[in-house]
Amino acid sequence: MYLAKIKVTYKPSVLDPQGEVIKSALHRLDYETVEQVVQGKYFEVKLTASDLEDAKQLIESMAEALLINQNTETYDYTVEEVEG
Amino acid sequence: MKSVVVRFPGSNCDEDMYYALKDLGLAPEFISAQSDASLDEYDAIFLPGGFSYGDYLRTGAIARFSPIMAAVQTAAAQGKIVVGICNGFQILTESGLLPGQLMMNEVPGFICDETELVINQKTSAFTNAYTAEQILVPVAHADGRYYADAETLQRLEDQNQIVFKYAENLNGSENRIAGITNEQGNVLGMMPHPERAVETLLGNTDGQNFFKSILATVAAQGVN
Repeated sequence: MYLAKIKVTYKPSVLDPQGEVIKSALHRLDYETVEQVVQGKYFEVKLTASDLEDAKQLIESMAEALLINQNTETYDYTVEEVEG
Repeated sequence: MKSVVVRFPGSNCDEDMYYALKDLGLAPEFISAQSDASLDEYDAIFLPGGFSYGDYLRTGAIARFSPIMAAVQTAAAQGKIVVGICNGFQILTESGLLPGQLMMNEVPGFICDETELVINQKTSAFTNAYTAEQILVPVAHADGRYYADAETLQRLEDQNQIVFKYAENLNGSENRIAGITNEQGNVLGMMPHPERAVETLLGNTDGQNFFKSILATVAAQGVN
């Protein structure tokens, strides 16, 4: 069994309105040194695969097919073998 | 002509769409998104507004895997009229039938209003019956900000695919885009709701010519 931890964020060129709202809320809480907030998504996916390379291929394929919209989002992940 | 309204779990503008289509002579039927039937008998296919599959993950992201979407893809490839309004537009972009993506409004929040739309393409399959330059149409969305990269936006402009623009950019859309077609001009997505502007009694009939345009387009194709 493998456990993938996948982080999805907007590409830098894409406006993130929620991040902007959170930033201004932090400023109102006097965290005035906050310069940028980016809100993303986080997925944990448990899956079976024949080996680590196979697991990586499956994760990349499913991320691009569904978890992200390639127009605006990008992703990053780690994967490790875990006990089922 | 015959038309069909696809009902997704979470659609909530399906009855309004059906009412408008029936009222204006487009002879609608309903079909479930769970159906894998063919859509061969219909001349025009409508994906209504709502919150399909709860809009989990991203708006339209799950709906595009509905069994019916294979037949919608086929119909679009055959050159049939395919219309996505609001959530329907989001489903069409997620499924790749239209470019770009609908994102959270520039100022987060649900906009429920009426807005002036500029008819940017007067000869399209969806606007040929209009004589007005601008129309007033209801809008109701939280994720209506149209986004595409610069290259795609340029292509949309160059190929006359931007059918409707907001007179005032109420949600932060690129190029004030409210509605676009595919390259062939038979698939349209738009965030505003023409189906909510077809009754004199409700004070706005600016949406009527949207449906009359489609009727004229289908008649000109010689399909019945």
